[in-house]
Amino acid sequence: MALTGIQIFKMSPKKNCKECGSPTCMAFCMKVAQGAVDISACPHFSADAIAQLSEATAPPMKTIKIGAGENEYSLGGETVLYRHEKTFVNKTRYAATLCSCMDDATIDAKIEAAKVVDYERIGERMFTEALFVNCAEGTDAAKYAEVAKKAAATGRPVILNTTCADCAKAALAEIKAAKPVLNAANAANYAEMNAIATEAGVVLGVSGTSVDELYDTVAALEAAGNKNLVLDVTMDTIKATYEAAVEVRRGAIKNNDRTFGYPSIVNVAKLADGDVALEQALAAAFTMKYGSIVVVSEMDYAMALPVFGLRQNLFTDPQKPMKVAPGIYPLNGADENSICLTTVDFALTYFLVSGELERSGVPVNLIIQDAGGLSVLTSWAAGKLSSTSVSDFMKAEVEPKIANRKLIIPGKVAVLKGDIEAKLPGWEVIVAPLEAVQLVKFLKDMQAAGQC
Amino acid sequence: MPFNRKPQKFNTAINVVEIGTGDKAIKLGGASVFPFYTFDGPIGNTAKVGVEISDMGLEGEPAGVKAYYEGCTTMAEIAKKAAEMPGADFVSLKLEGGDPNGVNKSVEELIAVVKEVVDAIDAPLVIQGCKNAEKDGELLAKAAEACQGKNVLLMSAKEENYKAVGAAAGLAYNQKVGAESAVDINLAKQLNVVTTQLGVKAESIVMNVGTATVGYGYDYVISTLDRIRAAALTQADKMLQMPIITPVSSETWGVKEATADEADAPAGWGCVEKRGISMEVQTAAADLVSGSDAVILKHPASVAAIAKMIKELS
Ligand code: SF4
Repeated sequence: MALTGIQIFKMSPKKNCKECGSPTCMAFCMKVAQGAVDISACPHFSADAIAQLSEATAPPMKTIKIGAGENEYSLGGETVLYRHEKTFVNKTRYAATLCSCMDDATIDAKIEAAKVVDYERIGERMFTEALFVNCAEGTDAAKYAEVAKKAAATGRPVILNTTCADCAKAALAEIKAAKPVLNAANAANYAEMNAIATEAGVVLGVSGTSVDELYDTVAALEAAGNKNLVLDVTMDTIKATYEAAVEVRRGAIKNNDRTFGYPSIVNVAKLADGDVALEQALAAAFTMKYGSIVVVSEMDYAMALPVFGLRQNLFTDPQKPMKVAPGIYPLNGADENSICLTTVDFALTYFLVSGELERSGVPVNLIIQDAGGLSVLTSWAAGKLSSTSVSDFMKAEVEPKIANRKLIIPGKVAVLKGDIEAKLPGWEVIVAPLEAVQLVKFLKDMQAAGQC
Repeated sequence: MPFNRKPQKFNTAINVVEIGTGDKAIKLGGASVFPFYTFDGPIGNTAKVGVEISDMGLEGEPAGVKAYYEGCTTMAEIAKKAAEMPGADFVSLKLEGGDPNGVNKSVEELIAVVKEVVDAIDAPLVIQGCKNAEKDGELLAKAAEACQGKNVLLMSAKEENYKAVGAAAGLAYNQKVGAESAVDINLAKQLNVVTTQLGVKAESIVMNVGTATVGYGYDYVISTLDRIRAAALTQADKMLQMPIITPVSSETWGVKEATADEADAPAGWGCVEKRGISMEVQTAAADLVSGSDAVILKHPASVAAIAKMIKELS
């Protein structure tokens, strides 16, 4: 439970010596309660008080790191259940599945396939971030280690999914430096797997056959001193998995039950069992409902395009809308002689407008200017979209590169037409329809009339 | 210490709205817990899946959709086939040909389609307008009249035309009214308030609170759905307790991921139809876990997958 400033003040040194940078101890404690400063800024708190306070002020859900070097990822650390409350901090990561039951050629092909998806979307790189190496029953330890090694050679974090101690040891002997997850502990074997994971210095994945069993195993591991865990909430059924995913996250964040304060793994490949479209549905559902790592059978573009789009939206700051970079976006093969159309940098507007422009098939230079990431009317009201902002941008960025001198402006700011024309000599300013959906017909009509 | 469960079960529930008549009638809503939180309490009626068809027929539809309707030549045949789609609970007729900026079919022509469809099927019918608020005001009011006794849902009653649509659908012909707002909890609530002030019963209203495709400003959809469901349950806000229906396919099949042919798409994207299905399926799944009580899809593969997901989670 978060402490109030008063509760922290009771434990403070009450010297009012200002060494912490605050005028009084009371002021300092208030800031600590808000999370604005760290308790360590005061040199005078007793060790006892600090121990008590750091336990009480620690975030409800731990941040766990997997992978090494530039492929190290933080998981968990969330403080809310819904994105409108506060920005989610550590985005869901996706792992493609390999299995020791596959022959070498298949494994190589799968590893290559995992590298295919790699693209950028609004400044974010989208790719298969991790590999999930499943250990089929009866797999020889040497063979499992070999598959693990191949997976680790990609540089991506590896999740070793095995309940075989020998396999775990053999694989970790090869790849522990890459900081894989040993997804291995359950109610029956947790002591042994705990020793293996701890010795190798890697995160231990814990699973259970029910929410209660999972809870008890985590509690036992914590009692044994291991708090470097992720929880594999995948159960026998989709329904039980959904329950576990929700109970774990809700338990930690809403009910402050630290035992469940760990990131989670959801294996949707296993739940969907070969039903491709169902796996799509589950990948989306468990991205929304609290999977820190979502394991898919294969990350092809059909899976990636929607799931990464969803993730990008889910993890954006609810206060700060997504923006696209200002610049000239040539569409439908537009060149310097193609007509220009301008709108704001608010990502939603950009997507709507560019989608309709693409549908029209008419070559257009889409001019995006900095409007503070606001919609057309809001940025106009805020003074960020004005005849001056448009004309300055056109002069500085567009005139040197584009020969065409026709500019279409958003229908919602038709009032700017006269002013823009006055400030942009040589340009013909045309007012677009009010709604983006009307652009297709509008442009096609212009094209038919030879106007663009 | 064993795990201490703290269910979030509320002493209130989402309204139950019935659409259709007879054996095939469906009920939307009824949950007194968050979406699919079966472990907390009763989830009410299971979420429903609708199949979208258009007055424009099958032209321009993806190959898998065309193949499913193979041999259907009339709207009646298409509607029957849609109603039979495995996983489907209702049929949704979209009157897109009415758009004045598009084909601009006359209201009479479209009402003839509505009659043909409603007479052809036993399944519940949900009618979507043409996106033009002014025309929808007239079109949907006439559609309400044409479907008397069938208990249909007329979507697309917006701020601009709720009086015309609401009065005809909700008052004169005793149908259900679909209140459509644009991804904002306050707008959704306001529309419900004015629609009920018109005399339409709260229990006759279903909300379409706005929709988008994942990746396309979908953050607003998530938060709108999350906040509406939270207000409905935790604050028992009567003006937000209407069940939610989300048209998915009309959005998702228009984005570039679902329309760029393999030849024109970036390298590796692969088959366009597969991408179309995954955009539709993933958007629908995200809508459902955020609080939609019904989704409208069109591809048979998507309908089957989402119906299965709902069944597994309920
Ligand atoms: S440094 Fe510590 S003792 Fe000194 S004023 Fe700040 S909180 Fe109080």
